Amino acid sequence: MGMTITEKILANHSGRTRVAPGESLWVDVDILMTHDVCGPPTVDIFKREFGEDTRVWDPDKLVILPDHYIFTQNHHANRNVQLLREFAAEQALPHYYDVGSPRYKGVCHVALAEEGFNRPGSILIGTDSHTCTSGAFGLFSTGVGNTDAALIMGTGKIWLRVPETMRFIFEGELPPYLMAKDLILAVIGDITCDGATYRAMEFDGKAVYALSMQERMTLTNMAIEAGGKNGVIAPDATTIDYVRARTDAAFESVFSDVDARYFSEHRYDVSTLEPVVAKPHRPDNRASVVEVAGTRLDRAYVGSCTGGKLEDFQAAADILKGQEVVIDTYIVPATTEISQSLHTSSIDGESLWSIFENAGCKMGQASCAACLGGPPDTFGRMQGSEVVISTTNRNFPGRMGSKQASVYLASPLTVAASALTGRITDPRGVLV
Amino acid sequence: MQSIIRGLAYVVGDAIDTDQIIPAEHLVYSLKRPEERRMYGRFAMSGVPAVDQGLPFGNRPFTDPDRYESRYTLIVAGRNFGCGSSREHAPFALAEAGAQVVIAESYARIFYRNTIDGGFVIPFESNEKLNDQIRTGDDLELDTQMGQLTNHTIGQAWLLKPLGDVAAILKAGNVFEYARQAGLIPAR
Ligand code: SF4
Repeated sequence: MGMTITEKILANHSGRTRVAPGESLWVDVDILMTHDVCGPPTVDIFKREFGEDTRVWDPDKLVILPDHYIFTQNHHANRNVQLLREFAAEQALPHYYDVGSPRYKGVCHVALAEEGFNRPGSILIGTDSHTCTSGAFGLFSTGVGNTDAALIMGTGKIWLRVPETMRFIFEGELPPYLMAKDLILAVIGDITCDGATYRAMEFDGKAVYALSMQERMTLTNMAIEAGGKNGVIAPDATTIDYVRARTDAAFESVFSDVDARYFSEHRYDVSTLEPVVAKPHRPDNRASVVEVAGTRLDRAYVGSCTGGKLEDFQAAADILKGQEVVIDTYIVPATTEISQSLHTSSIDGESLWSIFENAGCKMGQASCAACLGGPPDTFGRMQGSEVVISTTNRNFPGRMGSKQASVYLASPLTVAASALTGRITDPRGVLV
Repeated sequence: MQSIIRGLAYVVGDAIDTDQIIPAEHLVYSLKRPEERRMYGRFAMSGVPAVDQGLPFGNRPFTDPDRYESRYTLIVAGRNFGCGSSREHAPFALAEAGAQVVIAESYARIFYRNTIDGGFVIPFESNEKLNDQIRTGDDLELDTQMGQLTNHTIGQAWLLKPLGDVAAILKAGNVFEYARQAGLIPAR
């Protein structure tokens, strides 16, 4: 009996030749990531348990990316960044990306990819549920709380239960009006918000390998919205090219065996799928765009780790070019690198940045911004009973800052098409 | 782990995500400094929409306005309790408000893990849907060893699912003590 990629990586990191779902193991962590919300309490627990003068287990394996509450006047939020700054200095951490410095990156999951920390075959743990994003690079990644992270900080180890794996096979050719966001919203709609709880979600099939790394990250990013422990895509030439352009670090690609055992298998022909949304207030509350077309909107939002990557903006700009939005439309690049690319990437000679500005969009700075609400002065945050269409990943009550607001999740194409009309709009009618 | 836990029930629905348990805007407070950490007790469960607060009645906040502790000790929920973000502030907030136990049909895994590894609240799973049988304010008693839940208000009892292999961590107190017992980190 063979093993899945997830089982193999866990075996490789626990000194075992094979492992089976259900077993609990102590595994070695290759990278630990934390940010400004969970970093300071993690450091508190680390010091409480290991002593004030302790050193982290391996400074080269700890990555700290402040990203959540950055551009705010909130005193406590700013204090938390200062605490990280002091900790990074005290421990001489090489991978701290300070706010206000040229090193500042923005949203952690996208930054991890850009900075070359996502390496096939490795184990990456983060104090953020969307750490599953990194699995797009053929590695095991999952989110944990402060306590688990503090234990890793001191020992480099975590206990993990080997998950069963659900396999999602996408075949066929992706039509131009669909994006990875439509695929993953379709999956979550099918299996629901707890359909993958405790399990790995492995994405496979020709249509997956035809996707860019950015689009693959959109798939694995939302594994957690189905309750998944990790999302994973086996590495291929696209993966290796991306990683090699970003790091010289050694890595070893791992693949599922042909006779690996899966909990379940789910097949999709992507050429037959439609643009979809997740209606308020759950990511599994799927409807086709056709079903909800015409729903009146107050806002559109393009941003976050799942919907604020360069290709998300290219898709949105394709639709917004030479047009004007009729509702408040927020553009928030995930990272500073993407923010710069908005100036250097263009469509028909016009930069994406200027396309958005000319369309009347409000341009934000690289960070999580309104994806998770945040302090009241957060860029784009909901303040009342707004109805918003957003490329983010969660629409639970209050997620974007106001319990009264209603959030529809959709692809950047659908969000941009809707921004032009102020109503939920099918991108098929707008794309030429 | 206390063997008998008795207190009032607080009942909520399905898919109570971590933003409902502790809204993101409050995550700025320190979990260490006493004057800040009590804010977590104050705002615990405050993200639950008013109509769903304290079922079947609604409009019953978990923590009364301007208080820092809840009068409810046992939270009774439906499926997928604690879904959403990995914030450990969520089980921390429940514990800070004074809750000792959650009894849900099922949990999201990061939340479940956090409750156990941090030793915040004990996460029991019920064998059946209980959040339509128990009402907010009912007088509950939980025998954590037997896994038996008694509702004194209506005179009914249920057996909950065994805690399984995480019981070892709960018994140790948290994952650090557990790791010390396993020899992974030196004893104090
Ligand atoms: S962009 Fe949103 S989902 Fe992504 S890490 Fe930030 S808050 Fe979380």
